[in-house]
Amino acid sequence: MIRWLLLALGGAVLGGIVHLATIMILPRTATQDAYSRLSRTIAVNTVTELPAPAPDAAPMPFMDPAFASAVCRYDLTQGPLKLSVPVSLAYTSVSFYTRYDVAYYAINDRAAGRRVIELELMTVDQHNQMPEDEDITAADRLIVESPTVTGLIAIRALAPEPGLMPLARRAIAAAKCVRAE
Amino acid sequence: MRLLLGSLFALIVAATVGLGATYFALTRGATFGPLTIGSWTAWPKTGTIEANPYAKASTARIGRLPTALGDGVAFTASADDEGRPLDGRCDVVLSGVTPAARFWTLTLYSPDGELVANSVNRFGFSSQEIVRRADGSFEIVVAPRANAGNWLPTGGVERYVLILRLYDTAVGVSTKAGREVPMPAVTVRSCP
Repeated sequence: MIRWLLLALGGAVLGGIVHLATIMILPRTATQDAYSRLSRTIAVNTVTELPAPAPDAAPMPFMDPAFASAVCRYDLTQGPLKLSVPVSLAYTSVSFYTRYDVAYYAINDRAAGRRVIELELMTVDQHNQMPEDEDITAADRLIVESPTVTGLIAIRALAPEPGLMPLARRAIAAAKCVRAE
Repeated sequence: MRLLLGSLFALIVAATVGLGATYFALTRGATFGPLTIGSWTAWPKTGTIEANPYAKASTARIGRLPTALGDGVAFTASADDEGRPLDGRCDVVLSGVTPAARFWTLTLYSPDGELVANSVNRFGFSSQEIVRRADGSFEIVVAPRANAGNWLPTGGVERYVLILRLYDTAVGVSTKAGREVPMPAVTVRSCP
């Protein structure tokens, strides 16, 4: 009896380890996460508009239907990226996600304080390799460091009422995500 | 033989406990650090680089992109103020005010995150579309049949969730207890 209880206890402890391991490994093995889903259909380092979510078809679950959205799936292996997003009339935001769909940075039109949200995206290494003088002259350049080499940028513009959706879509369509020279 | 049986037993226990706990944690949304106000719950940390492993696993499983904290904060309600699950066949009233934010949107989803088909193709409201009372408060009727005023159709589905997203807000960044943050009350008016 004691023997079986000990075995059950040992099993439970091992179970705890199994639990933690599966939780940690899951994001790395998921095939239906947002990045994996989108990377099957969209090209790398370019802005792709996403279709509006509908009851029978949506690019991903829990999308906000009040927004026009686009994504840029990036790969920084070849070097940093430049992103520019013209702001729309209501609310425009740019959110950055790692390869494993973790949001690490977001900026909106008001925080950017300009008509166009402009920033550069690079890895920590690429930022460190930047010549120092360039860093100083670039005081007003907005540099975002990506924790992973690949990831997603979500560009979204709010249509406060359905009639304004074409305007929001137009702003999103003019967004650019290109390799920095 | 006894050793073999014993280790087999221990391994079965380990698999059941481990995988069961993982399944439970990911399907029941049992994750740390919720900000709960009335019927509404948000996980502001999930939209940051400090997201915990449970939040990351849950995000990957669902396949969505969480709302980044610098963008806004998303509050989910899946039950009314008395704790009963939201039923699309009932008339549910959201009333009150929302916390300070530049914009907000309210959207109705199936529990899987799909929009729910309805006759008027309305899936939610934005803060600019809503009809308000003179004091700025509002009332939204979430119901299967058309209602006067702000009507959000449920399509008659059995279960749904409401997500109230606040954009460009200090909620979640600065609020800890959330006592000073007013969220709309969720009450069932009638049920067939």
